[in-house]
Amino acid sequence: MQELNTKIEARGLNFYYGSVQALKNINIHIKERQITALIGPSGCGKSTFLRALNRTNELIPHTRTEGSVMLDGEEIYRPGLDVVGLRQRVGMVFQRPNPFPKSIYENVAFGPKVLGIYSRREIEEKVEKSLKAAALWSEVADRLHTSALNLTLGQQQRLCIARVLAVEPEVILMDEPCSALDPIATLKIEELMQELKKRYTIVIVTHNMQQAARTSDWAGFFLLGELLEYGPTADLFTRPKDKRTENYVTGRYG
Amino acid sequence: MISNRTRYLTQNVAKVLIWTAALLTIGVMMLILFQVLAEGLPVLHPRFFLDSPKNMGREGGILSTIVGTFALTLVAIVFAAPLGVGTAIFLREYTRETRISRIIRFGTDCLAGVPSIIFGLFGFVFFVIFLNMGWSILSGGLTLAAMILPTIISTAEEAIKTIPYTYREVSFSLGGTRWQTVTRTILPSAIPGIFTGIILSVGRSIGETAAVILTAGSSLVMPTSLFSPIRTMSVHFYILAREGISMEMAYGTGAALILLVLIVNTAANWLLNRYIRHRV
Ligand SMILES: Nc1ncnc2c1ncn2[C@@H]1O[C@H](COP(=O)(O)OP(=O)(O)OP(=O)(O)O)[C@@H](O)[C@H]1O
Ligand SMILES: [Mg+2]
Repeated sequence: MQELNTKIEARGLNFYYGSVQALKNINIHIKERQITALIGPSGCGKSTFLRALNRTNELIPHTRTEGSVMLDGEEIYRPGLDVVGLRQRVGMVFQRPNPFPKSIYENVAFGPKVLGIYSRREIEEKVEKSLKAAALWSEVADRLHTSALNLTLGQQQRLCIARVLAVEPEVILMDEPCSALDPIATLKIEELMQELKKRYTIVIVTHNMQQAARTSDWAGFFLLGELLEYGPTADLFTRPKDKRTENYVTGRYG
Repeated sequence: MISNRTRYLTQNVAKVLIWTAALLTIGVMMLILFQVLAEGLPVLHPRFFLDSPKNMGREGGILSTIVGTFALTLVAIVFAAPLGVGTAIFLREYTRETRISRIIRFGTDCLAGVPSIIFGLFGFVFFVIFLNMGWSILSGGLTLAAMILPTIISTAEEAIKTIPYTYREVSFSLGGTRWQTVTRTILPSAIPGIFTGIILSVGRSIGETAAVILTAGSSLVMPTSLFSPIRTMSVHFYILAREGISMEMAYGTGAALILLVLIVNTAANWLLNRYIRHRV
């Protein structure tokens, strides 16, 4: 196996909502062009950690971040960093499909447009390319200008992925992207992830153990704000070092 | 356990009360409309709209007051709408709950409760006298702008508040700046609410009398510039009735006012529906 590059590295990352500490001394290396799954019980800080990676946590009032996160070796919490540019490089797919109340086309075109692409042809190309990459093109090609809200939830979620792809990120953060979807739609997203892995670094939060085991290369187990265990997925699921990890992945956590 | 009989009884009593309230409200409204329209509609022939008042308003039409009404309302909206919407955006999107935002909000809440005559007095002292703008469309329009500003701010704030947080989150996570987030996701969704607030304010501007008399005057001469004094239809109606000049003409003006408000509201609704439909 070839040596894998580290895409994102967190060092001593702490995060506070007011006086409540939601992340405690997180240290992690996230590998490039791999799928990293984050698992753990509800409220343990998985979403908070994802949002720390594209600095959207700081949109929430009365919060504080300590420690360091490096993207390609560059500190993203460095003062004066171009946050808008960072968020373009680190895209996010949310738990609930959340298309804008605009047409399918406008949803995907949103990113390129805010990034300052004005050429209609260029935008059209990006829309088509992104929808194809998100495996949605064949289903919507003939109704690009109808409302995105008329799509099924599964299609909406793939649209949200296409919307992220259109800004050409390097990392895609996915926060329980399948929790609102049925098994078939879920399978489609998982297949899509395998496809996207060739070009993007993917971090996915999931409550579905099978999904984590099936799809990911690396897995991290969060508990009460701490990253308890992190390693190759196979190890975490078959030879967990920590008793609590074992209890959780075998469904005995309670 | 409440017996079924009591439940049905309560249900029926509630039904009767609610129907009574609704019918009473509609009844009173109908009565007012009917009264004014019955007396006023016969006065409304084309000449009434095309001639300016003669002989203090006893004869002729109401053209100059229609022009006055439009001019004054337009000035008020042109100033108040951008200022109000801008303030609402500032309060909702550009600051967190800080002392400044609380002070601004407290200020607008207070202003919203101030009687219009006070705005009139302020406009008279400040615009008419101090800034030496005289009784004019500009003085009156600015006074009305100050009067409707709180409404525009609070309706715009409400409209912006109802936009789901995820739209902002998504926009930011796609690399949108704050300004792009506001103009591309928040405003398009908030426009119906903002627009409703503006239409409400248009209605208040058209109907205002006290503040207008003090700041725009009550001249019947056709205005020629922003510095001309004018008389609005509401003021005209008030003066005609109050000074017993001509009840007939007063009712005519009243009926015309009702029609105007009706037209404005219908047009606004049409525009709004068109906008909503075109946004997919
Ligand atoms: N906006 C917020 N304000 C205050 N506290 C918050 C906020 N968001 C999350 N928290 C708290 O931070 C902790 C971690 O929350 P987080 O959403 O990161 O958990 P999670 O692992 O994603 O949970 P879930 O699996 O339910 O999505 C929780 O205790 C939660 O209550
Ligand atoms: Mg979560």
